Amino acid sequence: MSMQPVKFYQTGTFTVGNRLLAPEERSVQSNMERTNSLNSGHRACQGCGEALGARYAIDAAMKATNRQLIAANATGCLEVFSTPYPESSWQIPWIHSLFGNTAAVATGIAAAIKVKKAKGQGGQHGDIRVVAQGGDGGTTDIGFGCLSGMFERNDDVLYICYDNEAYMNTGVQRSSATPPAARTATTMPVGEHPGNSFGQGKFVPAIAMAHGIPYVATATVADLRDLEYKVTKAMSFHGARYLHILVPCPLGWGTASHDTIRMARLAKETGLFPVFEAEYGELSSSSPIRHRLPVEEYLRPQKRFAHLFGKSPAYATIARIQGMADKNIRKYGLRFTGGA
Amino acid sequence: MLKQTEGSHAVAEAVALCRPEVICAYPISPQTHIVEGIGEMVKSGELKDCEFINVESEFAAMSVAIGSSATGARTYTATASQGLLFMAEAVFNASGLGLPIVMTVANRAIGSPINIWNDHSDSLSQRDCGWMQLFAETNQEALDLHIQAFKLAEELSLPVMVCMDGFILTHAYERVDMPTQAQVDAFLPPYVPRQVLDPSDPVSIGAMVGPEAFMEVRYLAHAKQMQALERIPELAAEFKAIFGRETGGLTHTYRSEDAETMIVAMGSVLGTIKDTVDEMRDAGVKIGVLGITSYRPFPLKNVREALKNAKRVVVLEKSLAVGKGGIVSSDVRMALSGIQLHGYTVIAGLGGRAITKKSLHALFDKAGRDELEPLTFLDLDWTTVNKQLERERSKRRSGPAAENILRDLGTVASRIA
Repeated sequence: MSMQPVKFYQTGTFTVGNRLLAPEERSVQSNMERTNSLNSGHRACQGCGEALGARYAIDAAMKATNRQLIAANATGCLEVFSTPYPESSWQIPWIHSLFGNTAAVATGIAAAIKVKKAKGQGGQHGDIRVVAQGGDGGTTDIGFGCLSGMFERNDDVLYICYDNEAYMNTGVQRSSATPPAARTATTMPVGEHPGNSFGQGKFVPAIAMAHGIPYVATATVADLRDLEYKVTKAMSFHGARYLHILVPCPLGWGTASHDTIRMARLAKETGLFPVFEAEYGELSSSSPIRHRLPVEEYLRPQKRFAHLFGKSPAYATIARIQGMADKNIRKYGLRFTGGA
Repeated sequence: MLKQTEGSHAVAEAVALCRPEVICAYPISPQTHIVEGIGEMVKSGELKDCEFINVESEFAAMSVAIGSSATGARTYTATASQGLLFMAEAVFNASGLGLPIVMTVANRAIGSPINIWNDHSDSLSQRDCGWMQLFAETNQEALDLHIQAFKLAEELSLPVMVCMDGFILTHAYERVDMPTQAQVDAFLPPYVPRQVLDPSDPVSIGAMVGPEAFMEVRYLAHAKQMQALERIPELAAEFKAIFGRETGGLTHTYRSEDAETMIVAMGSVLGTIKDTVDEMRDAGVKIGVLGITSYRPFPLKNVREALKNAKRVVVLEKSLAVGKGGIVSSDVRMALSGIQLHGYTVIAGLGGRAITKKSLHALFDKAGRDELEPLTFLDLDWTTVNKQLERERSKRRSGPAAENILRDLGTVASRIA
């Protein structure tokens, strides 16, 4: 295996440089034979969390499947920025059908693969596997029926949701993954209760768990090794699997392009985005919060929450958001209790 | 082999003989018996190397079909009515992507008011969706058209709907000649896709296409259907060579020689029309029939050729373009462009309203005297209609129209008595 010499940079994170690791422990991305499944030259915005997440996720899935991978993609940013022909960035067999049917398209691909394999017409280099991918709108809203159907039938599909918490492709409108108080084009910071409403929305990883499928995990683009690990682990299961990745969107969140990873880390470290794994409907591991931070640290740099601060901060609203983080920490066991 | 069987089951057996690889099923009357039949064959092992998937909606059914067809599997599904509308976005997508899926549409009315009985509103609502649409007159033809449909679809990389009248055909038990596996294998070669999701030769399918290429892509879809106009009659001839039956083709005429009045229709009502025409011919009336099998592509030339010498044309259709009149009649008028004759549109059989020989006799007699209105609703109950119109005139909050009419009519049982 040819390895790229990787210099060790102090990144201010708890990650360690690849050169300190044994070759087999090094990241997929550090390997010169990584597939660049989502190749450079696409049209994502600077600092796009989704492009970063997709590159790591699909390359890891390619490695895990010996490059025997087919992807189905929902309409959305990822589809649009990656495919204007003849500039497709996809180096893998890839299909986009519609906004709301990606999980079902993937089911069809998996069914065809199964029949072809039974007929001795399968992949020449091992079993062909399927990933489906979409944004939060294509997953938690319009594609939810097909997603639940795919889960319920336990079809052999890994579905990856890149969650940037709103419909960014159409101009930042609210989705069912938009957090309370967030400003979007359809939840403007005006009136008595500015921003998105409290008491709405859904957390699809928990709903995925309720289907009892083999594997559910969440991840963020702040911990890309964890993301690679979870994709690899997901590919070790057969049946329906769900990976929900928090991917900050500089455009929609009103954050600096260079702050994408910092925002993802803050989402995790405040407890607002719980990072965990579940197998067959039961929580199997949680990523602990090492430096617990108040939610203000996460909210303040984002223009979508700017109305909570300023001259007269919305203390009560911030407290409610803090309450959500506290609840996540209890519910998913995110408190760091020592150890490695 | 001759057998007495239900239309749906005949289609299920025919589809199984086509060696489908992926079948998606979502229940909606009146197509349920078809997928039930195939599902049992898959589960029992009679139909091998086939995945049968119970999906959660028609939208998912067509979406699963898109995924499996794009991965190179011969794919089939069936639907009707609301189900066809629920999958509409994916229906357009499947044809736009050029995926040769075959789907039975067990024709049924579209609500509201909800109605499970037969008319052609469902598939005609999708007339411009890019699928080919073949209409079966009998159960034998429905069975045969499915076998032809796979070949047609796969040769052209375009999906095909085989439309058969819900209940009238799907639930009717009649004699059919069931082909052998050897016959079907001789007619239908294995599916070789033009495009396939394959890790050994990766392609992107379904990319964003801008104004620079969209027109060309759409034109090519049209060009393919124009090719189908050539191919459909050839396929019917190839079919006859192996199976020994005349089935399919673009159009069929019946007793049309020297006909002054031509009746145009699609589907099972052609049987009743032909019986009526037989009786009228016996009485010396110069009347004939044109049955349209291929509604998309629409065979303008054949229709023109069949109708150009008539004095009058009556298009009898089980569909309604609300605010205008006929759907099929518009296509027929286009075929007759520049030819002067009397053209009549008759809307009949909506929501399963029986089309009787008695009504057809009266209708065709009136047409023969050129006393027919340009647009006629066959056997419309004007008393009921006028009562509701009066109700709406006299009272602002007149209530829901359908329920008012049902209350006026009383129970169905009392009407039969």
